[in-house]
Amino acid sequence: MQGPIGARLIQLLPTILLVSIIVFALQQLMPGDPAVLLAGDAAGDPHVVAQIRDQLLLNRPIWEQYLHWLFAALHGNLGYSWRLSSPVSALIAQKLPVTLQLSVMAFFFSVVIGVPAGVISAVKRGTAWDWLANAVGLFGLSIPTFWLGIVLILLVSVDLGWLPPSGYVPLAQDPLRSIATTLMPAFVLGNAIAAILMRHTRSAMLVALQQDYVRTARAKGLSERKVVLRHALRNALIPVVTLAGLQLGTLLSGAVLTEQVFDIPGIGKLVVDAVFNRDYPVIQGVVLVTGLLYVLINLATDVLYAVINPRLRGQ
Amino acid sequence: MRHILLALAVALGLAAPALAAPPDRTLRIGLREDPDTLDPTLTGSYVGRIVLAGMCDKLFDYDTKLDIVPQLATGYTYKDPTHLILHLRPGVLFQDGEKMDAQAVKYTLTRDLTMPRSLRKGQINDIQSIEVIDPLTVELVLKAPNSALLAQLAGRPGIMLAPKVAEKEGKDFGLHPVCAGPFRFVQRVPQQKIVLERFKRYWDAKAIHFDKVEYIPIVNSAITVDNLKAGTLDLAEYVVPTDVPLVKQDPKLRIAMDTSLAYNGITFNTGNGPAAKTAIGEHASLRRAFELGIDRTALIQVVYDGLYTPIAQANPPSSKFYIPSVVPPKRDIAAAKALIARSGVKTPIPVTLLVPNSPDLLQAAQVIQAMEQPAGFDVKIRAVEFASGMAAARSGDFQAYFIGWSGRADADGNMYSFLHSGYGFNYGHYDNPKVDALLDQAREAPTIAARKAVYAKIWTIVRQDMPGVYLWSPKNIVGLKKTLLGFRQVPDGIIRLQGMRFAK
Repeated sequence: MQGPIGARLIQLLPTILLVSIIVFALQQLMPGDPAVLLAGDAAGDPHVVAQIRDQLLLNRPIWEQYLHWLFAALHGNLGYSWRLSSPVSALIAQKLPVTLQLSVMAFFFSVVIGVPAGVISAVKRGTAWDWLANAVGLFGLSIPTFWLGIVLILLVSVDLGWLPPSGYVPLAQDPLRSIATTLMPAFVLGNAIAAILMRHTRSAMLVALQQDYVRTARAKGLSERKVVLRHALRNALIPVVTLAGLQLGTLLSGAVLTEQVFDIPGIGKLVVDAVFNRDYPVIQGVVLVTGLLYVLINLATDVLYAVINPRLRGQ
Repeated sequence: MRHILLALAVALGLAAPALAAPPDRTLRIGLREDPDTLDPTLTGSYVGRIVLAGMCDKLFDYDTKLDIVPQLATGYTYKDPTHLILHLRPGVLFQDGEKMDAQAVKYTLTRDLTMPRSLRKGQINDIQSIEVIDPLTVELVLKAPNSALLAQLAGRPGIMLAPKVAEKEGKDFGLHPVCAGPFRFVQRVPQQKIVLERFKRYWDAKAIHFDKVEYIPIVNSAITVDNLKAGTLDLAEYVVPTDVPLVKQDPKLRIAMDTSLAYNGITFNTGNGPAAKTAIGEHASLRRAFELGIDRTALIQVVYDGLYTPIAQANPPSSKFYIPSVVPPKRDIAAAKALIARSGVKTPIPVTLLVPNSPDLLQAAQVIQAMEQPAGFDVKIRAVEFASGMAAARSGDFQAYFIGWSGRADADGNMYSFLHSGYGFNYGHYDNPKVDALLDQAREAPTIAARKAVYAKIWTIVRQDMPGVYLWSPKNIVGLKKTLLGFRQVPDGIIRLQGMRFAK
C-alpha cells in the first residue's frame, strides 16, 4: 500500500505547482487593476496609484512576480493580503476550520440522507418508497442552493426564530451556538450532495442486488437485512465512496455560494472577496491550500477503498 | 413526562443567572461590506471610515449641518493663508496610555505624507512642514493656500495615531490599531466581525454608553434586514430603498433617513482613446440631448421607490457648496430632438453604457435605455463586474459609464479629481483649461462664499460641455431598533457612537 500512496504523494508536488502557475496566469488575465481598487477613494490621484503599483511589484513582468511569490511560498510565506494587510497564512488558518466544519456537517447530512434513501429506493424498487426517495432526490438536485438558503432563513429564522439567520460562532467559543449557526447552511450545502449520493447508491444497489453472491447469500438463508447491508451494500458502496470523496472536495471548494448567503466567513467567502478585490496573494494562497486538500482527500478515498473492499488491498 | 418537566426545571434553573445578569451593552452594527485594512493611513474604503469612527477621533469632525467642529483639536487660526495653527485638546490619551499632543500630530501627519502606499498623501500634500510650537500647539506650513485642508483634517488625515505603537507595528498597524477614540480595538475576524471595547480613559467618556461594539459585515441586503428583524443587529448602516417598507413594518424597528453626500451619474468618454471618437463623445450638444431624454424623478421612482434626490451637480443639496440655480432639467424630448437635428448626426445614435452589475444600477440603466429611445439614442447596456468596469473606464474602453461616489463635505473632494484634466476619476479625460484653472482657484479662495462663487462659474461651463450627467443623490438609510436612542445622522453617513444608548 505504501507504494501507491508514495507515488501519489510524489505526484502532489507537480500538481500543486501546475495549479499555482495556472491560477497566477489566470488572475493576471482578469480585468481590473489591483492598485486602483486598493487606492479606493484615493484612486483619483494618479501618483497614489502609481506608488501602489510600484510597491506591489505590479510593474514587473508576470514571471518575475510569480517567482517572487513561489520563492516566498517555498519558505512557508504566502504573503500579505493587499486589502487587509494581514498574512495570508493567518487568514487561511482562520477561515479553513470554518469551511471544514461546514463541509463536514454538510457531508454528514448528505451521507445520512443520501445513502439510506438510495438503499431503501433500490430495495423497495417500484413502490411508493422508491417514488418518494426519487422525488426528494430530484428536489435536492433541482433546487438552487441560494434560493433554498434564503427560504430557510425566512422560515426558520425570521418567522420561527429557531436559528440565527446568518453569521458564525467558532466551535471552540460556544459549541451549541456554533452548531446552531452552521446547521442551516450545512443542510443547504448537503442537500444537493445527498441527492447525488442517493441516485448513485440506488443504481449501485440495483446492480449489486442482481449479482450471484446476493442470490447465494439468500439461498444460504440469510436474513434480507443481512443480505442487503452486509453483502449488497458493502459492494455497492465502492463507487459511492469514490463519489463521496470527490464531493467532500467539492464541498470544501464549493461552499462559496452557501457561505455568501449565510454570511459564513469561510474559505469560500474569503476567495470570492479576494477575486472581487483583485487581492492576488489571497487568491493564490487559498487555491494552493484548497488544491492540496483536494489531492489529499482523493488519496484518502483510495485508502478507504481498500478498507471497504479487501480485494483491492495491495493493488 | 416527569423526567421532561424535571429537565425543563433544571434548564430554567441554569438559565436563571443569565436572566439576572446585567443588560448586554454591546452594540451590533451591520456593515454593507467588509472594510479593508484598519490602518487610517492605508485604508480606502467607505465602510472602513465607519469602523474608524468608533476607534479613532480626528482633529476635527462634522456636525449634522456639516459644519466643521473641534474634536482632538479645540480650534485653529490662520496666521496667514499658508500658516495654519492647530490648538490641541489637553488631557487626551491614546488607548495605549500615550499622550495625544503636538508631537503625536507631527508624527501622524508625517507618516501620512511619507509612508509607502499612503492613501492620505494626496489629501494633505500641500503641507510643506509641521512645526511643534508647544505640547498643545502645532503649526502647519503650506506650500500654497488650500481651503480644502481643514476639511481633510476632518477626514481620515485628521485621525491621530499612537506614535509608539505605529512606529513599532509599521505596516502591521492596521492589524491592531491604537488611536484616541471612544473604543479600543479588540479583535478582527475578517468577513465576520470587528470587536471594539470601551476605552475608559476616553476624553469624552460621559458621551459613551456601550461596553462593546461589534461591526458585522453582511453583503446581502436581504440578510441584513433579516438580522435586524431577528434582533441580531441593533443597527444597519445601510438599508436599500426597496427594503424600507419591510423594516417599517416591524414594530421593534425604525428607519432613520437623511440626505447624503453621495451621487450617481453617467460620465462620457470625451477624450480617452479611440472610444471617444463617437458622436456622443465628440458633440456636447448630443450629451445635452441625452440629458434631456432622462426623467430623473421617474427613474428614481421606479428604481429607488422615489426616495433619492434628483441632481445636476456633484454637490448634493445637503452640501454647503450646492448651487441652487443648477437644477436638473425636465425631460424634454422635443428639445432633445432639436439638439440632435442641429448637430446633423443621424439617428438612432448608438451609445454603449458601461454599468457595474449591481441590480439597482442595471435596472436604472434599463430605464434610461427606454427613456432615450424616443429622443433618438440607441442605448446598449454593457454590464460588468465593478473592478472590470473601473479598469475599462480608466483605459478608455467605454462610451458612457455609470459612476457612483460616496461624496465629501468639501466640494473639492467631489469635483477636482473628476473634472480636472489628468486626474484619475476623470475617466473620460474631459479637458477644459478654464475649468482646470477655476478648480485650482477654488482651492485658494479663502471663504466658502468665495469658493462657491468659483464653483458656480465651473458649473456654468460644465453644464455646457456636459462631460457627464449627474442623476441622483442617494439617501443615507439606516435601520435601527426603536430602543436605540440618541442616533445622530450626519450626511457623510458615518455612524458616530457618542450620545447613542439603549433605552432602559
